[in-house]
Amino acid sequence: MGYQFEFGWIVEYLPLIVSGIATTIQLIAVGAVAGILLGIACAWVRALGPVWLRPPVVAYVELIRNTPFLIQLFFIFFGLPSLGVQMSELQAANLAMIVNLGAYSCEIVRAGIQATPRGQFEAGASLAMSPFETFRHVVLIPALQRIWPALSSQVVIVMLGSAVVSQIAAEDLTFAANYIQSRNFRAFETYIVATILYLALSILLRQALRGVGLLLFPRRAP
Amino acid sequence: MMMEFTTWDILRNLLLAARWTVLLSLVSFVGGAIVGLAVLFVRIGHRRWARRCAEGYVELFQGTPLLMQLFLAFFGLGLLGFDVPAWLAAGLALILWSAAFLAEIWRGCVEAIQRGQWEASASLGMGYLQQMRWVILPQALRIAVPPTVGFSMQVVKGTALTSIIGFVELSKAGTMVTNATFQPFTVYGLVALIYFVLCWPLSKSSQILERKLNAPHRHH
Repeated sequence: MGYQFEFGWIVEYLPLIVSGIATTIQLIAVGAVAGILLGIACAWVRALGPVWLRPPVVAYVELIRNTPFLIQLFFIFFGLPSLGVQMSELQAANLAMIVNLGAYSCEIVRAGIQATPRGQFEAGASLAMSPFETFRHVVLIPALQRIWPALSSQVVIVMLGSAVVSQIAAEDLTFAANYIQSRNFRAFETYIVATILYLALSILLRQALRGVGLLLFPRRAP
Repeated sequence: MMMEFTTWDILRNLLLAARWTVLLSLVSFVGGAIVGLAVLFVRIGHRRWARRCAEGYVELFQGTPLLMQLFLAFFGLGLLGFDVPAWLAAGLALILWSAAFLAEIWRGCVEAIQRGQWEASASLGMGYLQQMRWVILPQALRIAVPPTVGFSMQVVKGTALTSIIGFVELSKAGTMVTNATFQPFTVYGLVALIYFVLCWPLSKSSQILERKLNAPHRHH
């Protein structure tokens, strides 16, 4: 018994696939930038910030890191409206990714900050910089440079995790695949194509992040 | 007929479903560890083409979404001509996925062992398997424990995706209970709480183990 593989449908559904890829890229672009910024803010609080702010940040980080992304997404999209917060699918997906990456990057960035030699803080203080100025101008960039590879991997992981936003009908690449396979009854081939596209996206994203790293940190690590 | 659901009703149903999350996590982790160990042996073995294959395997499973792997397992097994139960596809995909990550974690641990250990054991006339068994793995195991425990938490969270191919575990139960009670805030809040209770001890013990086992190498 032979199963005939059939990929002719790709031509017909190309626009849908392309728009799905575009949505996935949009999601990870917004998620990565906002998520990393959120992570830096939280890492600052946890490592150097006011003590009273630390418990809520710790709670946020631990809650997010110890629950599945899918449940966070459902909670935001289905649960929050009962508090009066209405969101579109795309907004909910964006928010979930930002919140998720924020928690993970908090821990990663904090490791980078904590690896800063004490002398750097003292040098900043001796130049009459405030603790925040020292953080901003002396500590942050080398800290980010130190953990950039780990942060890049996390961004790729979040991008791959974004496949589940199709479950709240955000129209990403997986959503396109689900739609197509419901039309062409070629589930296996459709998901093979989607998988290959995700693999290509993750390879490209890794390269892009390496490029961003070279741009952000032109000097070699001290 | 309308039924009233108390919070306890919701929680009880979720806890019943959580048993399947725990069981699937255990099966996936143990199965993943066995397959992962095999991948590791090939990945750092002597045959170049086999090494490339293991590398490709890891790259493939780490570079694609777990959800796609679940879909492919589900529909791919279906192509073989029999009706695939969701638990089979879920278990298979999660085992292969865990194996890729565990093999890569353990490779890092094995490579952290100094070259001299390999050379010394080779000079004693040990073969590859003997070297691994008696010299390399016992040392690598020590540094491998914290990240392995940490990854077990990823497996628990990964099982949530199996709800999408129809395996009834904690997440799927959450959706079903929501559809019956129209209380998404409470239900998904409780689901998240149960996941937290499952995962937090794992991630915490991973951190503690790391601190304990790494004590000689700490710089500050």
